[in-house]
Amino acid sequence: MTGEAEFRVRVAETETVAEGIRRLRLVPLGRSALPLFSGGAHVVLTMQDDGRVLRNPYSLMGSPFDASSYQISVLRTADSRGGSIYVHNKLRDGSELSISAPVNLFPIDRRARRHLLIAGGIGVTPFMAMMEQLEREELPFELHYCMRSKTGGAYWSWLRDIYGRRVNTYFDDLQQKLPLRRLVENQPLGTHLYVCGPSGMIDWVLNEARDAGWPEENLHFERFSAPPAGAPFTVELAKSRCTLNVEPTQSILEAIEAAGLVAPCLCRGGACGQCESGIVSCDGTIEHNDHFLTDAEKASGGKIMICVSRLKNAGGRIVLDL
Amino acid sequence: MLSTGIISRPVYPGLAADLKARHNLFIIEGEGAAAVLDLAAKTPAGFFERSTLLYCPAGSAGKDYEKQLEGLKPKALWTFPTPATVMFRLKGVLQTATMGTRLYITGTEPFIGLALKEALEAGIDHKSLITEHRGSAKRRVQCVHCKGFTENVVTNPVTCNHCGLNLLVRDHYSRRLGAFQGVCIDAEVPGEAPAPEEIFR
Amino acid sequence: MGLIFKNETFRDDFTFSNSPAAIKRFPFPFPEDRYMYTVNIEPHVPGPKGSVYEFPIDIDEHYLADMRDRALVLQEDPLRCQSLPHMLTAEWDLVELLMTSLSESYPEHFTLTREGDNWHWINRPMGIEQKFIFGDVATLPYRPMEYISRQCQGDFCLLDQRDGDLWMDAGIVSSQADWSLDFDVGMSFKEWHAPVPMAHEVGVFDRALKFLLNMQQGKPVRRLNWTMTINPRLDTSPENYHKWGKDRTTVTPENVGDKVHLRVELQGLWRLPRSNALVFSIRAYLIKMEELVTVPKWARRLHRVLKTLPEPIADYKGTTRYRQTTIDWLAKYDDGAPTSKGCWPD
Repeated sequence: MTGEAEFRVRVAETETVAEGIRRLRLVPLGRSALPLFSGGAHVVLTMQDDGRVLRNPYSLMGSPFDASSYQISVLRTADSRGGSIYVHNKLRDGSELSISAPVNLFPIDRRARRHLLIAGGIGVTPFMAMMEQLEREELPFELHYCMRSKTGGAYWSWLRDIYGRRVNTYFDDLQQKLPLRRLVENQPLGTHLYVCGPSGMIDWVLNEARDAGWPEENLHFERFSAPPAGAPFTVELAKSRCTLNVEPTQSILEAIEAAGLVAPCLCRGGACGQCESGIVSCDGTIEHNDHFLTDAEKASGGKIMICVSRLKNAGGRIVLDL
Repeated sequence: MLSTGIISRPVYPGLAADLKARHNLFIIEGEGAAAVLDLAAKTPAGFFERSTLLYCPAGSAGKDYEKQLEGLKPKALWTFPTPATVMFRLKGVLQTATMGTRLYITGTEPFIGLALKEALEAGIDHKSLITEHRGSAKRRVQCVHCKGFTENVVTNPVTCNHCGLNLLVRDHYSRRLGAFQGVCIDAEVPGEAPAPEEIFR
Repeated sequence: MGLIFKNETFRDDFTFSNSPAAIKRFPFPFPEDRYMYTVNIEPHVPGPKGSVYEFPIDIDEHYLADMRDRALVLQEDPLRCQSLPHMLTAEWDLVELLMTSLSESYPEHFTLTREGDNWHWINRPMGIEQKFIFGDVATLPYRPMEYISRQCQGDFCLLDQRDGDLWMDAGIVSSQADWSLDFDVGMSFKEWHAPVPMAHEVGVFDRALKFLLNMQQGKPVRRLNWTMTINPRLDTSPENYHKWGKDRTTVTPENVGDKVHLRVELQGLWRLPRSNALVFSIRAYLIKMEELVTVPKWARRLHRVLKTLPEPIADYKGTTRYRQTTIDWLAKYDDGAPTSKGCWPD
């Protein structure tokens, strides 16, 4: 299904572009070109780490018009599953890995009169590809880019050079704050807002916009969230008639994939709804980590998003309608 | 072509106040005023201070809705003689409106369709619009053959005002055109058609 | 490939007919002896050589006649080709898809050379040679979607993906089985499918939409859709229904073989790269009854399917007036023998 490994690539170039941020250029193996993509798209990297298979999505930040390579930038975080640490420590020039085809869950709405882009930290990456596309299609946009510091922020100088006044930067350590209220107050009708960055920042931006009367249809966001780790438990697939163990740093979806089975999924981050699965029975407390189900659906105990959600209790058992 | 029972006809969920909107723009026809007054009974103070009302009495001209709407003390109340003049003003207002403006449209279905088209042209997504149907169930119909619009349709079938074909009024509706689809009802055997029945009252 | 393009008409004197080769490759849609409504989507991967599935886009002996008919339709009614302003990038994606597909599948007929954005396109059967800059509308004689679809069999719809839904925001539709592009432009997936009977109740469209939203580049899908047409008329649009509708009353027991046609649409769906839109192709194939019955399996099967067709479906497909006459005519080709599963001739 989606997210599955489709293209073998080689790391052709690595560069530390800011504190804790590493850029990689990936070139195709066995073919001359990778698919073109739309700004906002990401690919899922399949990484083999000591017998464990990690699958993490990363936004494509390079030009959507360049089929010769893909570029991603990864922030090193202390994330318990180790995806970003693997990218920083284990991937070198010449490393080979597999990536999925590009998937876009954060597309441009081309009907917009204006595109207001708000980025926090590494969240700038999808906007870099988007801006190239917006520029080429002559669609009006502006970027507001928040970073911890000049040395901790990537690409801001380069973006200013290319896009000029349309790029506005804000550095925390210089007490420069995003003038969010002013930004959302007087935009012309038909403006669309896009935000990508730390989850708290996304919530803050969306709430300010909503409080200023923006309708949901004009608000777009992408969260970079990896499935949280937890206690080990058992999942039984009623239709496939098998029982699997879900390890602490493994999601239900990954346990299914590790067993060689295929389950519908798309974003792998609990946002898109594709992996929604019916619960036949459950012995344990469900930990819903997604942003898709309604509160009522979560409380009902009938559905679960298998890419991010799990059971709280070690040794619990959940039976899914898969 | 002669099948009936299509489920795509639009649904107008009813007026509800968006308390977060910085500015509320009401586009009202006839009995739609009653919907606004019903809404007013449920909204907190200050809501109408942030609201502009565009009103066309239409078929409800005899009633005193205008006076009652004035009583809500909106930021502005503008009254117009016809739907077309409402839309002219609306177009102008939308040109300078900013995000945080919420549109509410209430009246007959053709009126809602006209206002909706202005909103779409100004870059508002149709799902952002708050609508309530009040008044007659008359329809606006587009003849799929000559593309002409026939207004105030209350019967099925109906004669196209432009090319004269006898049209079955389907429930298939186009937001973009603001009309239901009319298809020649006697194309297969000309003249063989049921008599018009007044059903969109 | 040895394709010989026929000179025939899909209107007026209706000289259209299928060669024996075209009959054999016809995409007969019924795998079983009774009607079943399914979405029946499958991966659009290369099929058997010579079949309509061999290449992503199928060009056949009717190519030139088909394109002439399209040109006539557009001449009479330019609103059969429409594109909302935000769909231009998707139109260019379509140009790339069709030009690369045609030139790779039929190199003897089509050639595409690209140097960056400088493209050079040659369509030998239609005598077209065009140099243009990819992305620059002023370098083509028509807008991109219209330009390429005037050279490719089949209707094309460009579906914008946003808000968890698909929107029919552009298309060229000149060979449709009775729906209006002009009316449906701007509609969402369930809205434009609203007139289809019975399927909404069983959630067919919910599942189909979820599947389509998930579609990725490089993994197109296809399905077959069918209806019936009187006379080999490609343009059975609602716009012209008041002109062709009465054809349905002209069927007699003597002329079923010549007038009644099975019309099958091979529908393909591709994810497009730059716009992230989906393109939905609808490619119509026509076969008259007397051609169809030269394949005994199809004769028996069609007879049985028409007999078991539920009334709302028969009505929706417009077959009410001539269905029984056609069933009676087909009866003489149905000896009651068991018929193999699947659609291919025995």
